Amino acid sequence: MTSSPPQNARASAALANRRAVWPGRAGHGFVAAYVVLLVAFGVVPTVYAIYFAFTDSGNQFAGLSNFISVASDFRFLPAIGHVAVYLVCWLASLVVFVVGLTLLLHRVASQGVSRALRFVYYIPGALAGAASVMVWLFMLDPTVSPIGFLLRAMGFDTFGQVVAPGNMPILLTMIAFWTGAGGWIVVMYGALNNISPEIIEAARIDGAGPWQIARRIQIPLLRKWIVYMVVLAFAGGTQLFVEPQLLSQASNGVAGRDYSLNQLSYDFAFQNNNVNTAAAISVELLLVGLCVAGVFVARSGFFDAD
Amino acid sequence: MTTKIDTGTRRSGVRHGRRMLVAAAGAALTLASVTACGGGSGGGKVADGFTQAPQGGGKLTVWVDSTRLAAAQLYQKEHPAVKLDIVTYDGDANGSNYLQTKVSLFNRTGSGWPDVVFSSQNNEATWAVSAGFAAPLDKGLVDPGVLSGFAPGANTPCTVDGTVYCLRNDLSQTVLWYNAPLMKQWGYSVPTTWEQYQQLGEKVATEHPGYLVGSVGDSYAPEVYMWASKCGANQVTGAKAVTVNTTSDACTKMATLLDTLIKDGTMSKSSVFSSDFDKNDAAKVLMMPGPAWYGSAVFQGTFKTPSGQITASPMPQWEGDSSPSVGNVGGGTWLLSAHSKDLKDATDFLTWVSTSDDYQGKVSPGYPAYMPAAKTWLAQQGASGYYAGDPAPALQAAAGQAWLGWGYPQYSQEAIWAATMTPQITAGKTIASQLPAWQTAIANYAKADGYQVTTQ
Repeated sequence: MTSSPPQNARASAALANRRAVWPGRAGHGFVAAYVVLLVAFGVVPTVYAIYFAFTDSGNQFAGLSNFISVASDFRFLPAIGHVAVYLVCWLASLVVFVVGLTLLLHRVASQGVSRALRFVYYIPGALAGAASVMVWLFMLDPTVSPIGFLLRAMGFDTFGQVVAPGNMPILLTMIAFWTGAGGWIVVMYGALNNISPEIIEAARIDGAGPWQIARRIQIPLLRKWIVYMVVLAFAGGTQLFVEPQLLSQASNGVAGRDYSLNQLSYDFAFQNNNVNTAAAISVELLLVGLCVAGVFVARSGFFDAD
Repeated sequence: MTTKIDTGTRRSGVRHGRRMLVAAAGAALTLASVTACGGGSGGGKVADGFTQAPQGGGKLTVWVDSTRLAAAQLYQKEHPAVKLDIVTYDGDANGSNYLQTKVSLFNRTGSGWPDVVFSSQNNEATWAVSAGFAAPLDKGLVDPGVLSGFAPGANTPCTVDGTVYCLRNDLSQTVLWYNAPLMKQWGYSVPTTWEQYQQLGEKVATEHPGYLVGSVGDSYAPEVYMWASKCGANQVTGAKAVTVNTTSDACTKMATLLDTLIKDGTMSKSSVFSSDFDKNDAAKVLMMPGPAWYGSAVFQGTFKTPSGQITASPMPQWEGDSSPSVGNVGGGTWLLSAHSKDLKDATDFLTWVSTSDDYQGKVSPGYPAYMPAAKTWLAQQGASGYYAGDPAPALQAAAGQAWLGWGYPQYSQEAIWAATMTPQITAGKTIASQLPAWQTAIANYAKADGYQVTTQ
């Protein structure tokens, strides 16, 4: 009796051969769409911005003149100051409260409220940025706010008093935290769940309390996630735009429209019709973001294997 | 990535070449500034003083703010054959620059411009002409008879190098709005001088605390008070030249008056458009200097002040000043796009919306800049039954009294005051003490827009 390989066996062999020729093609397929979008909407605009930053309106090489124009503009240093103060408030509150709330959430997991809390934390993040700010425009107006009594108790009787320039870093931090922190809490919660229960159990047997477990085990093991969060939050924070822009509109211009660097860039592009100088600001923000990310990644061992 | 860079460079080169070509053609027509940045209107014939886009008709796109939505809808109702795409936007309120931003983008993409657009800012021509957006109107598009029907000086903000590039919507001259029954009940006379106005404000503070004689809380404050006082904060002396002097006697005495009344509590620090003013102060306005449109838009519309209470008298003047002066708050302009592919319908809409009795005379909340419509509008105001007395004489007198020393530069005085002065006033600082800071801010923004600034 002659024998021939069964049909499905031949097909399997062919499939194995193709896999050998191009191993991991499924993975390539998965990332291909992302890479195309990254190149189209990330890399190309970046290169285009760099091109603009070093040329003038006649497309001639302009050296550093656009950067000098930016640095000598009367709005530049105040905008840097505004963004710097905001970043300090935003990053500090993000790290402290996100980590704190995540540990708290993890601690109450067994009590059956964790799922509900995760949902509540995540809701604000589901709102688009502009919509979130619109919610806050009502929250911050003592006349119509559901927490108007609190605002009045703090001495704020009018919206104009609330959006005074000195209050802006706190207001912007509150809006950004409310909008973005929920998502990070969910991410951190997932990371905490990855910590082996045996390690926690061993610590508990050794006599560690909740605070010691958090400080000695959980927070150190969350370090890479915290760094990841800080790097992304820093990059996002330097690009502050929507919140001050909408506050400016809602306050009839009291919250200035050139508060942040991105607003200044926008003004250069569309008020002064100077795209090249606007691009110079964008390139500066890119460099700062890259440098800070590099420092954080290098010093935290972010890419070290566990 | 290299390919992408090459593509970008090639595109830039193409755009550069096209721009050069358009600029050359424009120079030959002495319209270089109009066409250099346009980028998309080429290809048509030269007529009516500019290079027109090929005319193809189609839907007419008009941009209006929410207040002017009624105008576009009424036009549509009266002209059902014209296909209108009505788009509402913020009307560039408070110098938001929305229109300029979008036109800048449309200039880059070469399409998307609205055919006709309303702006609440009177200074749009300062950029819209050099951006190649605004079409010249007095070179054939709009009938000279129509143009001559506008109030003297009404279209000055629209005029660049002697050519009219937009039509004024309303004049927005300031008058003194007041509650006539209350004034009578309390035995007060309507002040005719600023000195009397201050004295009455101080008296109200003592006799009827809580009542207001004005508001300095919104971005219109410099135009209502400083402009009327002939404060030279905004003296445009050339196409790109401005003189800024906020510490003259005219400025400091008005600032001191306002500070006195703020301290007494009769001058509100809240914006008349804020929810807290609406809730706490709207029913307690004894007097309020403001533009012509305050009557229907603010008192009747926002404050819901009952009929038979409000009317207008002439704006107070400084004692001894023989030349009356008032301020002006907005007024708005209508611009026609040089890129329009249906100039006939677009021009018809523009002309109708700025001159028609049906809209300007009978519906518009503001005092029409077009004189025949203004007559109808004034008659309507008097006959409306809303006012305690006919406001027409005061409004008519003020129409020609807006101080000419206050110009229309590219930057927004309202936005500068809002960002620079309002927070300080809210924080309890006096206006007089902030006048130098106001001057510095104006000078800085003017320089950033390329103005040569003279300060005194």
